[in-house]
Amino acid sequence: MKIGYYPGCAITKGSSSEEYGTSVMRVSKVIGPEIEEIPDWSCCGASSAHATNHKLSTALSVRNLSLAEKHEYKEILAPCPMCSQRLIISQKDVQEDAVLKREVEDAIEMPCGTKVKVSNYLEIVKNYYMDEIKQKIKKTAKGFKVACYYGCLLVRPPKVLKFDDPEDPQSMDEIVRAIGAEPIEWEFKTNCCGGGFTLSRTDVVVKLTNDILEGAEEAGAHAIAVACPMCHANLDMRQKKIEKEYKRKFNIPIVYISELIGLALGLGPIGLGLDKHFVDTKSVVDAYT
Amino acid sequence: MGKKIGVFVCHCGTNISATVDVEKVAEEAKKKYPGVSYATTYKYMCSDPGQKLLRDKIAEEGLTGVVVAACSPKMHERTFRNAAVKTGLNPYQVEVSNIREQCSWVHQDKAQGTEKSIDLVRMMTEKTRKDRSLEAIKVPVTKRALVIGGGIAGIQAALDIADGGNEVILVEKDASIGGHMAQLSETFPTLDCSQCILTPRMVEVAQHDNITLYTWSEVESVGGYIGNFNVKIRKKARAVDLDLCTGCSSCWQVCPSKKIKSEFDTGLGNRTAIYIPFPQAIPSKPVIDKEHCLLYRDARKKNIPPEESKVCRKCYDVCPIAPVKAIDYAQEDEIVEVKVGAIVVATGYKELPNNVYGEYGKGKYKDVITGLQFERLASASGPTEGEIRRPSDGKEPEIIVFIQCVGSRDPAKGCSYCSKTCCMYTAKHTMLYKHKVHHGHAFVFYIDIRCGGKNYEEFSLRAIEEEGATYLRGRVSRIYKKGEKLVVLGADTLTGSQVEIEADMVVLASAMKAQDDADVVARTLSIQYDKDRFFSELHPKLRPVESSNAGIFLAGACQGPKDIPETVAQASGAAAKVMALLSSDQLEREPVIAKVDRLPPPVFSTCIGCFYCQRVCPYGAIEQEEIKARDGSVIKTVARVNEGLCQGCGLCAATCRSKSVELAGFTDEQVFAEINSVEFN
Repeated sequence: MKIGYYPGCAITKGSSSEEYGTSVMRVSKVIGPEIEEIPDWSCCGASSAHATNHKLSTALSVRNLSLAEKHEYKEILAPCPMCSQRLIISQKDVQEDAVLKREVEDAIEMPCGTKVKVSNYLEIVKNYYMDEIKQKIKKTAKGFKVACYYGCLLVRPPKVLKFDDPEDPQSMDEIVRAIGAEPIEWEFKTNCCGGGFTLSRTDVVVKLTNDILEGAEEAGAHAIAVACPMCHANLDMRQKKIEKEYKRKFNIPIVYISELIGLALGLGPIGLGLDKHFVDTKSVVDAYT
Repeated sequence: MGKKIGVFVCHCGTNISATVDVEKVAEEAKKKYPGVSYATTYKYMCSDPGQKLLRDKIAEEGLTGVVVAACSPKMHERTFRNAAVKTGLNPYQVEVSNIREQCSWVHQDKAQGTEKSIDLVRMMTEKTRKDRSLEAIKVPVTKRALVIGGGIAGIQAALDIADGGNEVILVEKDASIGGHMAQLSETFPTLDCSQCILTPRMVEVAQHDNITLYTWSEVESVGGYIGNFNVKIRKKARAVDLDLCTGCSSCWQVCPSKKIKSEFDTGLGNRTAIYIPFPQAIPSKPVIDKEHCLLYRDARKKNIPPEESKVCRKCYDVCPIAPVKAIDYAQEDEIVEVKVGAIVVATGYKELPNNVYGEYGKGKYKDVITGLQFERLASASGPTEGEIRRPSDGKEPEIIVFIQCVGSRDPAKGCSYCSKTCCMYTAKHTMLYKHKVHHGHAFVFYIDIRCGGKNYEEFSLRAIEEEGATYLRGRVSRIYKKGEKLVVLGADTLTGSQVEIEADMVVLASAMKAQDDADVVARTLSIQYDKDRFFSELHPKLRPVESSNAGIFLAGACQGPKDIPETVAQASGAAAKVMALLSSDQLEREPVIAKVDRLPPPVFSTCIGCFYCQRVCPYGAIEQEEIKARDGSVIKTVARVNEGLCQGCGLCAATCRSKSVELAGFTDEQVFAEINSVEFN
């Protein structure tokens, strides 16, 4: 299956969450899908455009959908949940608002891409590659407890995304189980990490992050799995700051789900980008035998 | 001979006359309409003098048809028809032309309003010219009532009807009557013990000469119509002979399956496989739960009749009745057929279970319970004998958080309505808790406090002022477990701050929902239900206990969320309606019903037997009838209207492809006359 790949700003080469992108690519080479970067893709407008100008942000997103349709992709993989959410919501907006659709078409000088399906990474793996993983798995991490952290964006707003239970999602847990680790029951799966206020209200973000890490630790997690660059940055990068403010040392590795899949498939940790994290991921790599 | 029609135009004070030139309408009618021999106006036609005017003029002028141009026929058609009857004129020769709702209330321009009124009166005059006299239909009445549901609503309705001297059949699907009220600890706003006031009523039901009680039974089908319903009741096999059993309790004391979650104790306590739901059960005779009984499970596994299984049989062996035993494993379902004249539906409600809200743990946390579960904890007959102990470890909770509107007023979870009882029962719960755990603290999260009822507001204030419950206005966003505590995250919207409470137990004031099978029951009874699957009343204000099917009445929470006083009041209301219905030997029904043409031979009927009419009829009033030749061979099958069931809605007449159905009072001839009078004027 050929799928249009939309990396977005955060996980593209040389960006803050480059390792998410690299691990997705590496894993895809083994289990699929066959991914091709959408030519000439641009920003989806997630960071600030949708807060300042509705039409602009819609046009930015829809432009990418239109390009995907122009190159005849039926489905797009946008691993960053902020991107996938923006793309889906913009698509819905132009589907439902004929005036907006016309304005966007004028702006991007292309017909609106209203048909292409947008999926996040969990959706793609869960929908198409669970059997593939089970067949190609080389290493397992028996007894390695993983807290699956979905954050706020992957499953919300439920009416638009229609992906998993917004309060108690399960898809990442199923993937973790399939790759031979143990997903744990915990309470902070969908809590907000404060990603939107990471620069403006760091104090709030530090508290929220602390709560999440504390919850994972109390539930006995050895690592937290994420599928969002913002979540990763907050949970991984802030542990030092929390240590200073809350006098608590967590040292919990935060790994992308794609990295975990990669380890289970027997791929090397460096190639997956596991050397690029703030909190040492050696314990995760060692768990896979 | 042509008709002599009188036209009476009403001013309705200034309701009509301000925007319609009533004098002109009357004048036009008299001058121009064929058949009109008299026309006048009057300030209030519905008043006593107005009706007298109508009667006098019918007599003086020798009128054979009347058109009253006034308000909606829904309001006063009956008034004017009754007035006409007193002069000897057939009531169906009197028609009402609605020039208020359709003209004066919707038009501002007097000329326009007047013109339209003139048209409407002309139409009705044309129709009246073709009116035929109709006679009321008389149907016999079976003087017996059926009550479905044995909760407080069903009990009250059954007792009232039975006390009125009529036979009552009470059908309850559970093993005992009593319903949800039997599960409650104390009741608001008086804090009297629920069972203490309910059980005497249950005993009365059991002992009443006029009441036949079928527990562990369900209504299978309902046929017939008002005054003449044919009901099939399925008596489910209890595996216990009710006549022989003395309720001595030996059997359930020896039953080895002791760990089955008790439905009556909302899963907090256990029961045996042969059991009575609670100590005061009526009848106080057990039933075998075939899902869990070892013998029945064995029989199912081996695929043999249960009586041949040798697995347990402890209840059979211990049964002291000799020589025949009351336990009968071979017992089978039994169908009872009864004829009744009226039906009361009192099937009650279901509590929203605690596994609906993902953010509140989806039923994962044992110490997050529902209101009904709290009732069982607080009840002396409950699993903790009235001591408030949390389900997970039996500890006394020192902090309880009550969350109101769980499921109610939340369109996202499917109930946009207010469940009406939760504000009061939460206030009651905080009191019961404080009375038992003096040092404990109760927090209540609420959206509004809605306590509309006699002494209700005072009661909820008492919970706050005297018992010291802390009320916080705001929603709870999340509950999570931290060690042994439940952390409740909420908002206090009055201070604009976030609240975090570490609680020992959380009680959800869960919504009252319609029963899961409410739609099935509604279809069985041919009654309507709303979007939330509560049964619909015929008119929200003036006919609150009648269903859309004549002769079937509603009582209690099957119609919408209700507390006990309201339920009892409605049940008595339904009972009064039933008694009024059963008081006469014959029922008079409006003759405005459909009729399929049935000409004498050799034509027989123009009906082609497509039965589209049967498909569209919401009342099930269309039957199939075979037309036979002399030798008994069937010539064709045609439709026939059951006069008892037909409500005169006209769907069949509109659907009929061969124009074989006509609605009395609204024949094609009449309707076309109306249309033509405008079209060709």
